[in-house]
Amino acid sequence: MASAPRYDAIVIGGGHNGLVNAAYLARAGRKVLVLERRPVVGGAAVSEQVFPGFTFSVFSYVVSLLRPEIIRDLDLPRHGLQILPLESTVTPMENGNYLSAWGDHDRTRRELYRHSPRDAEAYDEFGRLMHHMAMAVRPILGMIPPDPTSLSPRDLMSLLRLGRHFQSLGADKFPWLYKLMTMSSADFLDEWFETDVLKATKSASGIIGTFLGPRSPGSAYVLLHHYMGEIDGAFRAWGFQKGGTGGISDAIASAARELGAEIRTDAPVARVLVKSGRATGVALENGDELHAEAVVSGLDPRRTFLQLVDPGELPTEFADAIKRYKFRGSSGKVNLALSELPDFSCLPGVGAHHRGAISISPTMAYVERAYDDAKYGAFSRQPYMDIIFPSMIDPGMAPPGRHVMSIFVQYAPYNLTGGWTDARREAFGDAVIDAVARFAPNLKRAILHRQVLTPADIERITGLTEGNIFQGELALHQLFFLRPAHQWARYRSPIKGLWQCGAGTHPGGGIMGASGRLAALEMLGMGGRANGGGGR
Amino acid sequence: MLKGTPLFARTAPLMEGQAWRRWAGYTVASSYELTHDREYAAIRNAAALLDISPLYKYRIGGKDAGRLLDRVVTRNVAAMKVGQVGYTPWCDAHGKVIDDGTVSRLGEQLFRLTSAEPNMRWLHANSAGLTVTVDDVSETTAALALQGPTSRDILGKVVDGTGIGALKFFRVTDATVRGIPVQVSRTGYTGDLGYELWVDAPRAVALWDALVEAGTPYGITPAGIYALDLARIEAGLIMLDVDYISAHRALIPAQLSSPFEINLGWAVHLDKPFFVGQRALAAEQREGATWRFVGIETEWESLERLFAEVGLPPRLPTVAWRTSVPLYSDGRQVGYATSGCWSPLLKRSLALAHVEAAYAAPGTPLLIEVTVEHRRKQAAARVSALPFYNPERKRT
Amino acid sequence: MTLDAIVIGAGLNGLTAAASLARRGRKVLVLERRATIGGSHATEEVFPGFRFDTVSHDAGWIAPSIVRTLELERHGLKLVTPGYTLVSPQSDGGHLALSPDLARSAESIRRHSAADAAAWPAFCGRMHRLTSFLGMLYERPAPIPTSTAPGDLWSLLALGRRARALGREGMIDLLRILPMSAAELLDDWFESAVLKGALGALSVRGIMQGPRSGGTAFVLLHRHAGAPAGAFGAHTVVRGGVGALAGALAASASASGAQVRTSASVRHVLIEGGRATGVVLDSGEEIRARAVLSSADVRQTFYELVDTTALDPEMLRAVGHVRQRGAVAKVNLALSATPAFRSLAGGDGLLSGSIVPGVTLDELERAYDDAKHGGISRRASLEIRIPSLHDGALAPAGKHVMSVRVQFAPYRLADGWTAARREALGDQVVAALAEHAPSLPGTILRRQVLTPLDLETEYRLPEGNLAHGELTLDQILFMRPVAGMARYKTPLDGLYLCGASSHPGDGVAGGAGWLAAKAVDFA
Repeated sequence: MASAPRYDAIVIGGGHNGLVNAAYLARAGRKVLVLERRPVVGGAAVSEQVFPGFTFSVFSYVVSLLRPEIIRDLDLPRHGLQILPLESTVTPMENGNYLSAWGDHDRTRRELYRHSPRDAEAYDEFGRLMHHMAMAVRPILGMIPPDPTSLSPRDLMSLLRLGRHFQSLGADKFPWLYKLMTMSSADFLDEWFETDVLKATKSASGIIGTFLGPRSPGSAYVLLHHYMGEIDGAFRAWGFQKGGTGGISDAIASAARELGAEIRTDAPVARVLVKSGRATGVALENGDELHAEAVVSGLDPRRTFLQLVDPGELPTEFADAIKRYKFRGSSGKVNLALSELPDFSCLPGVGAHHRGAISISPTMAYVERAYDDAKYGAFSRQPYMDIIFPSMIDPGMAPPGRHVMSIFVQYAPYNLTGGWTDARREAFGDAVIDAVARFAPNLKRAILHRQVLTPADIERITGLTEGNIFQGELALHQLFFLRPAHQWARYRSPIKGLWQCGAGTHPGGGIMGASGRLAALEMLGMGGRANGGGGR
Repeated sequence: MLKGTPLFARTAPLMEGQAWRRWAGYTVASSYELTHDREYAAIRNAAALLDISPLYKYRIGGKDAGRLLDRVVTRNVAAMKVGQVGYTPWCDAHGKVIDDGTVSRLGEQLFRLTSAEPNMRWLHANSAGLTVTVDDVSETTAALALQGPTSRDILGKVVDGTGIGALKFFRVTDATVRGIPVQVSRTGYTGDLGYELWVDAPRAVALWDALVEAGTPYGITPAGIYALDLARIEAGLIMLDVDYISAHRALIPAQLSSPFEINLGWAVHLDKPFFVGQRALAAEQREGATWRFVGIETEWESLERLFAEVGLPPRLPTVAWRTSVPLYSDGRQVGYATSGCWSPLLKRSLALAHVEAAYAAPGTPLLIEVTVEHRRKQAAARVSALPFYNPERKRT
Repeated sequence: MTLDAIVIGAGLNGLTAAASLARRGRKVLVLERRATIGGSHATEEVFPGFRFDTVSHDAGWIAPSIVRTLELERHGLKLVTPGYTLVSPQSDGGHLALSPDLARSAESIRRHSAADAAAWPAFCGRMHRLTSFLGMLYERPAPIPTSTAPGDLWSLLALGRRARALGREGMIDLLRILPMSAAELLDDWFESAVLKGALGALSVRGIMQGPRSGGTAFVLLHRHAGAPAGAFGAHTVVRGGVGALAGALAASASASGAQVRTSASVRHVLIEGGRATGVVLDSGEEIRARAVLSSADVRQTFYELVDTTALDPEMLRAVGHVRQRGAVAKVNLALSATPAFRSLAGGDGLLSGSIVPGVTLDELERAYDDAKHGGISRRASLEIRIPSLHDGALAPAGKHVMSVRVQFAPYRLADGWTAARREALGDQVVAALAEHAPSLPGTILRRQVLTPLDLETEYRLPEGNLAHGELTLDQILFMRPVAGMARYKTPLDGLYLCGASSHPGDGVAGGAGWLAAKAVDFA
């Protein structure tokens, strides 16, 4: 091709962060091309008709943290974003009882009171504490990480601002934030509640996507995520995208296209072209070379730096850091097409609980033992599961009268002893079904089709290394200025012109889009704005 | 579904407009009739019967029951005699108010504490090292308030035996009403002569029936929260979550209040042994509180003028309002009113307000924001001592 | 004549505080409940002729500044540097032997992995850089990140500068490694299961966590603070048992005029007008002083020694939540002969330091799993010392005392501790020892088993926790014992904390007492 069009930026990977990044760059007038390996955009946020008539959010299935400024800036509702409330969580218990939490405060309180009057009260106080903590963390999530070892004025200013921010939390609140960052969710919750099933359910939210158990220090921090949405004014933080999670990706893609970005699917990138230490474009697997001023990778750090780039181009220290960066995928997904809804013994019949989440976390010991199995390389014989029935929220997901059931499962370690095989996948699927059927005996006869996804499948299909849904564990030593590696947490890389915008950068995790946005701002020289200061 | 109170069977059929509202997870009446005028009038003219069962109630017993309460509340509980009731706030370690309510000394080692918000966790936290049992009796104990000038006469008819008429202000006694065991306290939230009756939930309906039957000749009238709200503002009584925010709920320091800042300094007994917040409160008393809680009376003439400018007579809501309204002096905001009403009895526009200490003296002229036909105006107002209305019969 | 200060408890911290105060001319009285001084660092004649470090057999880091200032050597302290600090006999006949001699350690490691031997000096250097930083932190009051007092801001700034002085790599190591799990840290560096297991055991010492738990890398560093590079394990040994350190401290204190009274159990602290004014003994005797320093753990201090109604419930709640889960049992053996470990035969000095029978990270983790779910570890991790090798006076001629720390033996056993379970644990430990030293059972003359419950009952160690609060990231520095009390002062005027509940905590001999003494305000 004689005159291949030259782009300002090529974004590798049409996941939600890549799309957000492209949209922001296009919005600033840049000529952007997004290259997606698969036939559909969305990465792990895709909706697919896996079985005729049954649509699934194949991987990521709920949304809570999509940054409101992205929704507004890109006018996503006009492009089809519509998040439907998912307002209850019900945990069936082993003794036939259950615990439920609802959108209405009085209702939740009354339910908790049934289990423990003291916990009903503590729940409110806990909620307020989490509100404070979410407020304390919010500025950090929206901040481009400073380099604490740098002496540049920008870094020093950012560090100073950070120091002042923490100091402003005061002697009452800072210790709580510190505790959240360092404690296990079990220990943290023990300070507040006495009802085991309540603690088990809350702590389960602290282990999603990590290779930690509720008793592992560092798991408390993720408890916060449940409260992050609220302070952004997005009530009923947890929601379900109409038509499945792919609808979010489609909305962002539509916005990006309208802003002028070009999106190409079925266009796998083989490598990043580097000329004298500078990224100049990409080579596709079909041999085409495309050139651009900047290359942005929405892939995880290992894929970006250890597969798309010639290792010789990277400083050893950086390459070592990326090699050390931990993924350890720990979750799987089971998608079911059903002829009828599961009938939970604790709440017989069809009810409001089918419109919310069902948490299989009956006791703290149950969740911890699920982790124990995984620690030594087995999938949990009785896993923690987060279940929703998308067809109860959006009837279009399944044929009338039929249903789809989404089961997020933990733990399913990527590094299964002996490796994942078809037989082990099915054994895993059976374990999941058995574990749910203990609480809903009709489940087995209701199953029309089942899709079981192990971390190995997630890696194979989406490209996420080790099937880690957050592009790298959300552990304290892999956050903020250490995500993915020290000195390179600001979306740049040691190769000039090669940028990162995936969840493997700060703040990472979930369908937030924050990494994509912050990377775009940094590329556009507007990073200082994100950090609340003028200078950069 | 919200809970109905133990009196739901009696109150539900009275709901002419189905004007239900929430109170502590229960449904209660805003007003039973389509307008609340008659319900309010009963409080000041005859007797109103109010279902106050949603109040939180704790039964505190054991060797150290008094010590627990003395540790929690600002008032000197040890000095209270059996049969005495004390109204008191309680604070956190920084001397900021968590809640307010009444402590009834039912026996040497037995108390009842009422509160607006749940306090079980706080009481439990304060029980460390004490021999005490705290029972949440909120659901098992129903409460009825009988408030108004004829309330004493009605009780005289239904309470078995004699002597209830002699019950003094802020005293409590065991009694039976046509055989139903109750506790009667001469307390209330209306600033009028009145009583509160505490009864086991299953007997609540029978108690209601007895009171209504005996009270009908005396004009007894079931009343809802609208009527109560007017009366409590006239009486200058504060309401949690409306006039102040609990220290347990405040999100920022500016939302906190000390007892001195909500006109409850009189209930702070700094000279008693340790209680939570004592140190901070002693310091605050020495240095003086920066905020005060006062009554505000808006001048009618000023209102009339502002409305006349657009060709209207003054229009005021008939129910009490619970929004924050700025107060100004010399072009600067010096406070804010948190609730207010047009007093049907006093024919005045009243408000309860937080003002900077320098503006707290009765008679201080201020400007209060009013919205006149979509536009914000400032009307002349004056600081007033609380309560606005304080009839002699309340305490005699 | 009124006292300036009463110190409750004659453990290392209490005695250090007393000696420090007395040296500055204060009139001090130390009250010890037991007949012996030393607290959990007492050396006692458990069986006639056999003197044991009954509870803790390691004083941790003995800061030179304390030794010097209190002239402890003049008062009888003799410190010994063992030939090997950490020796790990393996069941296959090999062993690992670590010492500050990095080249010699590397040689030992080479038998297990050449790559690890090559990495060893760099690892030791990197870790030592971090422990030097920690050591610096442990010699001063904990920095309070939220304080806006000028002095605190200044010290925070100074601290920031010292952190920067670590260099880029050191700083990133500090930030990255502290929250990590020991397993992650060790996996980053090494491949040998033998080496990783030996260091892993050190990383979970005294805490209710496995090596895969975040924050255990910190514990490894904490236990290493004050040691020369590479001297993991027993870097310093007190000749005559750890109790000899208590003895030297007491002698120093007495020489400065402090009085140490044993068998004087404090019933409660006297509080008058919101101020601690003295103590009341079990005997009813009242003793007054201008300040009271408690080396008891924070929970005991506030829940048992003080009238709780005089305290803010939020503070009490925080104190009630201090995690101090006992995880360790102790087995003391009187032996008729020098123990013969199969895989340590012939090696000179191999028994002189800390002996950790071979264990892998997974075994440690499974040992923790058992305890986490309320059981004694089926394969507990052992740590052994033989103090009589350094001082023959601890046992009759030719005989020895062996001290074995057993982890995990949880305080909260699902079905409770009984005498039978105690003895079963003793049997289990002896059997485990016999795997490495087959002749050992035949040489056991007497045996003492102390469960965490025993440690609580006899030594008032809360839940049997030797550290007065687990050394996890959320319970160190400004969070130790609880936020707001890290500077030894308590909400009660005149009452101070000076025990291991306070910064820098267990593992820094007398560190908390030393700093607490400086915090006492006599004005």
